[in-house]
Amino acid sequence: MSTVNINVHHVTRVEGHGNIVLNAKNGKIEKCQFDVVEAPRFFEGFVRGRPYTEINHITSRICGICSVGHSTTSAMATENALGVELTEQATLLRKLLFHGEILDSHILHTYYLVAPDFFGAGSVIPLIGINRPVVERALRMKKLAGDLCAIIAGRHTHPVSLVVGGFSHVPKEQELRDMRKQLVDARPDVEASVELFASLDWPKFERDTEYVSLTKDDEYAFVGGRIKTSDGFEYPVEDYKKVTNEYLVPHSTAKWTKHNRDEYMVGALARFNNNFDQLHPKAKEAAAALGMAPKVTNTFLNSGAQIVEIAHCLEDSIRIIDELLERGIKQEKPAEIKTKDGEGWASCDVPRGILFHHYKYEDGLCQEANCIIPTNQNYGNLNADMEKLAPQIIDQPQDKIRLMLEMLVRAYDPCISCSTHLLDVKFV
Amino acid sequence: MTNNNKVKVAFFDFASCEGCQLTIVDALQTHLDLLDAVEIVQFREAITEKGEDYLIAFVEGSCTRKCDEERLFKIREQAAIVVALGSCAHTGGINALKNIQPSLQGVREYVYGDKADWYETYPTRPISAVIDVDAFIPGCPIDRGEFVKVVKNVLLGKAPGIPDYPVCVECKLKENVCLLLEGKPCLGPVTRAGCGAICPTYGEGCEGCRGIIPHPNENAMKDVLEEAGLSLDEIMARFTMYNAYQAEQIETAEEIV
Repeated sequence: MSTVNINVHHVTRVEGHGNIVLNAKNGKIEKCQFDVVEAPRFFEGFVRGRPYTEINHITSRICGICSVGHSTTSAMATENALGVELTEQATLLRKLLFHGEILDSHILHTYYLVAPDFFGAGSVIPLIGINRPVVERALRMKKLAGDLCAIIAGRHTHPVSLVVGGFSHVPKEQELRDMRKQLVDARPDVEASVELFASLDWPKFERDTEYVSLTKDDEYAFVGGRIKTSDGFEYPVEDYKKVTNEYLVPHSTAKWTKHNRDEYMVGALARFNNNFDQLHPKAKEAAAALGMAPKVTNTFLNSGAQIVEIAHCLEDSIRIIDELLERGIKQEKPAEIKTKDGEGWASCDVPRGILFHHYKYEDGLCQEANCIIPTNQNYGNLNADMEKLAPQIIDQPQDKIRLMLEMLVRAYDPCISCSTHLLDVKFV
Repeated sequence: MTNNNKVKVAFFDFASCEGCQLTIVDALQTHLDLLDAVEIVQFREAITEKGEDYLIAFVEGSCTRKCDEERLFKIREQAAIVVALGSCAHTGGINALKNIQPSLQGVREYVYGDKADWYETYPTRPISAVIDVDAFIPGCPIDRGEFVKVVKNVLLGKAPGIPDYPVCVECKLKENVCLLLEGKPCLGPVTRAGCGAICPTYGEGCEGCRGIIPHPNENAMKDVLEEAGLSLDEIMARFTMYNAYQAEQIETAEEIV
């Protein structure tokens, strides 16, 4: 029986700092956990006293990869608090921008961070030598996603024009027409991506859990909606604390969450399992090619669900642009804001899962803030997965065990920078 | 230089959102040939290999705790050239907003409650407050084109080429209507250019993420503000968004005088 001591200090190809520890003696696992060691940044603490106009631009900086997600959710929560209504055009542009981020983030994760493990490479760079056309496809797709964000908000990382009340800049009709053409031209790249990821030898691992996401009646939910869990619960967003039930654990600088079971999972796989019927037909084809049908309980296939969502978001982006063009683009200004006292909530299902922002305002200044981040909500589930996976692979060579545990962590696409400011703030 | 004539570079991150490193990954979309000139030996966000032999270190993020200092000293010891990457490393950035809250302990307790002591932190500093820095690439996030330009210049042994003039210059070249004329607060007149005036171009006043220019023309700034109907206080409140650490330093210096 094997004795194993694995200590992965700062897991690579993830966003932020986390460690994996596995100790086993004579085949018996003594310790197996994922530690978060990121420097805490205290966003909820330091947005207090700042004007409402700044809050979504500050909280965007929680994460450079899902900055559109944070900025959108934050603006929506502020709009909810101040009673601001968006125009139909601004609502469509928000959804389109959001698709740009889902595409950008999922391409980054699947191609740059996950794929190298399947080719025995330490990063995407050696893959240039092995299969340059595939790397060039990844670069091309990611650039397109970034360009989609840029025509709406100036850039993907830290969107400029996304403001409370709508947008401070509206793309020109010609920019949208050009973008539509590029998206249509990218269809073969998406098909090739489905083919590539369907051909990978995904690790076999099953563990059923509670999957938590947003849901909507009329579309596959990313921006707003109701909270839905695969154990049959539904809540309005303002009841988010009934789902998250946060608690602290000493080895982590992040708060953990649980709902109906000891842990739950959020992210692409949760959305896929909860809202499969609303995916675009081409995304359903992608799922079939990947051998995925709900309910999928293999965590590694969270990356597969991301590929499915890439297919969905590409097609839905084309549809949204068509709708915008049909309506006719108006160079409109953001909604007029009357500052008033109020409290507001919002939720979006960002690339890594369901995200909540919650604020209280007085005289236009933020008094209280609470943000609950997807990666935090996944820690309990990740550790439960590790505890189940480790005994199954404990007799394999140490390098292989280490790789499998790292691949499991990466499957979650953890965004550790995001997750290091914790909450459960009691609003007075 | 190594046998393959490539300069070895490494990337490190401290308290930050890692958006600047993501911007570098994005720069490769259009400048994959950069990899012909440099060899990346460490870049935790994107690659698994961890080499400790590097000539240039790019550091993203602010220093916010004692254990960060040790890592920074080690990087300084190894690297011939240390480049501060983005606002957090360059000015302290958004992270320094906690410094100007009424009490740091209050901020810690607000976020972590009675477990506040589990989470080590002290007032945020730019990395130049801890180690000598040879160059900086400003911005939140950094500008992709500027990053490529600085890398090229540094490899050629030239100065990085970061502008000393204000954002207004680039904004004028873009033929944007001045936001101050619309009564929108904008730090363009005193903020370092190099971003292509992206925020004013997209309808938002400059937030000062690239830091203040050397020798800002304060009187001209006051005149411009007056014309726009804005007070210096209003502008200074905005100034702290990215420059809270600098505002603190100025205040401390004034107290000493």
